[in-house]
Parts: sequence; C-alpha cells; structure tokens
Amino acid sequence: MLAPSGSAPPVVTIRDVTLHYFTPERETLALSSVSLEVERGEFIAVVGSSGCGKSTLLSIVSGLLPPSAGDIFIEGRKITAPSPQVGYMFQKDTLLEWRTVLDNVLIGAELLDLDMGVARRRAQELLRRYGLGEFMHSLPHQLSGGMRQRAALARTLCPEPDLLLLDEPFSALDYQTRLALSDEIAGILAAEHKTVILVTHDIGEAISMADRVVVMSRRPGRIKSEHRISFPSHGSTRPGPLEARKCAEFAGYFQTIWDELDLHQAQ
Amino acid sequence: MGIEQASSFSRVPDERATARDDLGRGGHVFGWMSRTVRVALGPGSRSARADDLAPLARDAGVPARSAAYERYLRALRRRTRSIQAWQLGVVVVFLILWEVAPRANWINPMLTSYPSAVARTFMTMLEDGSLAKHTWVTFSETVVGFGGGMLLGTVCAVLLWWSTFLYRVLDPFIVVLNAMPKIALVPIFYIWLGDVASIYAMAIAVSVFITILMLYTGFQAIDPDKIKLVRLFGASRWKVLTKIVLPGSVPTMISTLKVNVGLALVGVVVGEFQAAKAGLGFLIVYGSQIFQMNLVMTAIVVLAVISSLLFVAIQALESTMLRRHGAVGAAS
Repeated sequence: MLAPSGSAPPVVTIRDVTLHYFTPERETLALSSVSLEVERGEFIAVVGSSGCGKSTLLSIVSGLLPPSAGDIFIEGRKITAPSPQVGYMFQKDTLLEWRTVLDNVLIGAELLDLDMGVARRRAQELLRRYGLGEFMHSLPHQLSGGMRQRAALARTLCPEPDLLLLDEPFSALDYQTRLALSDEIAGILAAEHKTVILVTHDIGEAISMADRVVVMSRRPGRIKSEHRISFPSHGSTRPGPLEARKCAEFAGYFQTIWDELDLHQAQ
Repeated sequence: MGIEQASSFSRVPDERATARDDLGRGGHVFGWMSRTVRVALGPGSRSARADDLAPLARDAGVPARSAAYERYLRALRRRTRSIQAWQLGVVVVFLILWEVAPRANWINPMLTSYPSAVARTFMTMLEDGSLAKHTWVTFSETVVGFGGGMLLGTVCAVLLWWSTFLYRVLDPFIVVLNAMPKIALVPIFYIWLGDVASIYAMAIAVSVFITILMLYTGFQAIDPDKIKLVRLFGASRWKVLTKIVLPGSVPTMISTLKVNVGLALVGVVVGEFQAAKAGLGFLIVYGSQIFQMNLVMTAIVVLAVISSLLFVAIQALESTMLRRHGAVGAAS
C-alpha cells in the first residue's frame, strides 16, 4: 500500500514498470522501468513514435497485461486484473454491430452485474447529451464515424469509471472529425472531472488536450521527458483543444516535443 | 438519416416497390434463381439486385425523377428481363432437345428417356404415394444429417477455440480428414452401423470437418479489440464466447450452412446408394439396375428441387439473421 503523502494522493501510480516479451525469434524489452504519477482530475498525454510501447503501457495500467516487473496502483490499490474503476477507449469504436447503440452502451453494466435500471437511465442520458438520443435503437452501421466514437465514449463512461485510458481514440477518424470530436470529448471529460491518460502519436492532439505531456523514447520505451502545458496567454482558464491550437505557446511546445521525439531518425 | 428522408417523400417508397416488382418477381422462378446464383457467388457479386435500387431511389431524393434517371431505370429493368428470358430459353431448349433427340432416334431412348415419359412416371409415383415416401426419407435424412453435422462441428470448433493446445494437436488431423474423400467410408459405415445409421453418419461425416474449419477460422477472425473490450469489463472466457465470439460469427455460420446443405445431400444420396431400402438415392440405383431411366431421371429432378428449396430456406434465414445482426456487409 502507498503511504498517503502530504497533498492529495495520486489516482494512478506507475512504479518501475518493465515488460519483456518473448517470441521464438527474440526477446524484446518493450518497457524499461517506467514510473509516472497521475493526480486526480489530471489529463496526461503520452506521446511516442509507433512501437515505443505506449499502448502496451495502457494495457498494463488497465490490469489486462501483467508487467514483468513493477506495480500499478489505482487509488492506492494494487492492480492485478481489470477493474470497473477504469474505462478504456480504443482506436476503433469496437461497437458490436449486432447490438443496438443503447445495448452497446449497456454492455459494461451487463458484464459488471450493475443495476440495469440505473445503468439504462444513465446510458440514455449520456446518449442524449452526446446528440445520439434519436439513434439509441439504431444499429451501429447506421451511424457516422464521429457518432460511433461518441457512442463508444458513452459506453466507456456508463459504468462511471474514475480513470479513463484513451488509446489513440481519434486516429481512425478523418482530420475534421478528429479535431471536432477531440474538442467535444475534452469538454465532456473536463466537465466530469475525469482523470485521463491519453496515448497518441499526434503531438498537436497531446498538447491541445493535456495538462501534462509525457514523451516516451523508442524501444525499449522509457520516459524521456515531461512537459507541463499551460497557456498563460489565454488567461487563467485552460482553453479547449481548438482554442489551445490558436494560442501563442502552442508552436513552442510543438517544436520542443517534436525535437525530443527524433521522428526524423525513426527509420 | 435515410429513414427520415424516405418518410418525408412518401412517393419514393411506392416507386421503389414498383421497381422491385418489375425486377424481382418479374419471372417468378427465374427471378429467385438468378438471385440465388448471385448470392452463391459471394457478397461482392450482388450487383444489380432489386434491393440495391432502394438507395438509388432514395438518393435521388426529389419527388420528380429526371428523364435520364428514368432511362437508366428502364435500361436496368430491360437488362434484367432479358437475362431472365435467356435463362428460361436455355431450359426450354434443353427440354425440347431432350424430348426430340430420343424420339428422332438421334440417341437411344433407353439411355436418356425423355421429359414426357419422366413426367408420366412422376405423376404415377405421385398418385401411388411412392414419390412422397422416397422424397420424405431423403429429405428428413438430409435435414437430420445436416443439423447433426452443424451441431457437432460447432461444438468441436468451440472446443478448439477454447484450447489453443487442443487446436495445435488436432489441426493436422482435421485438415487431412477434411481432404479425404468421405465416400470411401461408405462401405465401412454400412458394416459398422447398418443401413439406417450409416446414412446419417455419411451426411455428418461429409459436412462436419469443413464446418469445424470454417467456424474456427471465423472465430479467429473476430476483432481482438472486441474481446479485449469485454475482458476489460471482467468477462470470463465463457462470457467472451457468448457475448462476442458466437454472436459475431453469425455471418460465418450462415456461410457454413450454405456449404453444408449441399454436402449433406451428397452424403445422404451416396449413403443411400450403398445401404438404403428407400429414398431418392435408392430409386436412382434401383432404376438404373432395372434400366428404368424414367425412374432415375424423376429422382434426379426431385433431388434438384430439394436442394433448391433447402438453399432458398437458408437464404431466407440469412436475410432475416443478417438484418438483425446489423447487416455486416453494409457496415463498411
């Protein structure tokens, strides 16, 4: 157990997480001694080139993949299996095409044995709030890409998780939809005071959405640097993602993180 | 989306129905036969099906259709009718040749019989009830064998999905058994199981291995993120199976059904050749032994009808199931 520190204890503690995996050809060190703390209500973005292990890190935090060494604590409890406190969003919406939108949103409650009456009311309210009220009883293939991803967000938020893990949730969308939806979702998550870890290779997305950007090195993935993002030019409040992209500080952060990622050497 | 549009232009659905009438039901038998053939060729080839016109009519979106669009629809209908006419023509020419050639002594009528004689035999057998008896025997054996093969194959595929170790151990055996000509087993089944059970065993043997292979491949093709999704909600392996793998495999199951319905019929008829005292396979062997080609041809025609009926039944099942399961084809 973690001893409570002076200030508010972190929601997530990632401590010295290392992951090896084996294939008949070779042994791979995917993550090397990664440590990170995430505070309540904080929005963290993890950026790194593809194959740096950032998605693997998310699988470990979710409890699905046991690390070779190191520990994950969520709200002070050690994570060894998936927990209902954690919500996960995929790159694809992974809606089940044989279920209606509402039944898709309810699958978490169904599998977690939650009170279905309560869950149903919450699901309906979430769908209405996300502009999907008329499509509750539609099948996923009748929805556009952006609508499907909003339905996936409703599914993630329906069982009321404290921590959200977003695994490149916008990268399968076209550019305009991606900007609009990331703005919308950042607004929803800020309003609900969710703690979020976003994994992305899109530097602009990371800077515009997150309070803190963590840069990961290429394999073996380790944390290379951290950047606290703030936009003093916008005043005291944190601007939404679309606003943030227009702020004067944006280009500076972008350049710094770009240089650290060494993308031009990635070949 | 499309639904609201369709209701706000109430004329459009009516026009669609007319178009479908012309295209689909135009020449009854040949209408569904041509659809059947196209679906059998695979989803990519459903080119100008009547229902595909629906989105076109909707996309037009205006109550008055342009003259060019009317011309396009007319050309489409004309082409469909011409194809149906040619199909009918092929059958008519075939029947005429079959009738004329033996009568003109171009070929020996003992070898081929002719349609009018087959029709007479058909009517006689219909009246004395023997046709119904033999048809029912073959039909019920096929349905039971087909259901048995499907059920057994599904259970085996689930077990292989459950245990990768089991799959690794059994995979080469299943592939070899699938490739082996099961017909070679007919005499053995007859000796082991007797005249009734050997026919069911044959129908199952012919279909079960391909069922296992097709379903297992379908199970493996399920999006791993969907499985991850339910595991993140704490789903057990059983829940992964019932919530994701089985419902997600409905389209695969229907393709498997389509393959199996033909295979089971092959198994049953071959089984009847060896063992039976009744059934259409028995009629074919008996008729050829006493050189009664009328009998043989009648049995073959009935077999063709049975296989068409089974295929149409599966297709009806397909369209209802796929609609309920979110029309996988329409998703992308």
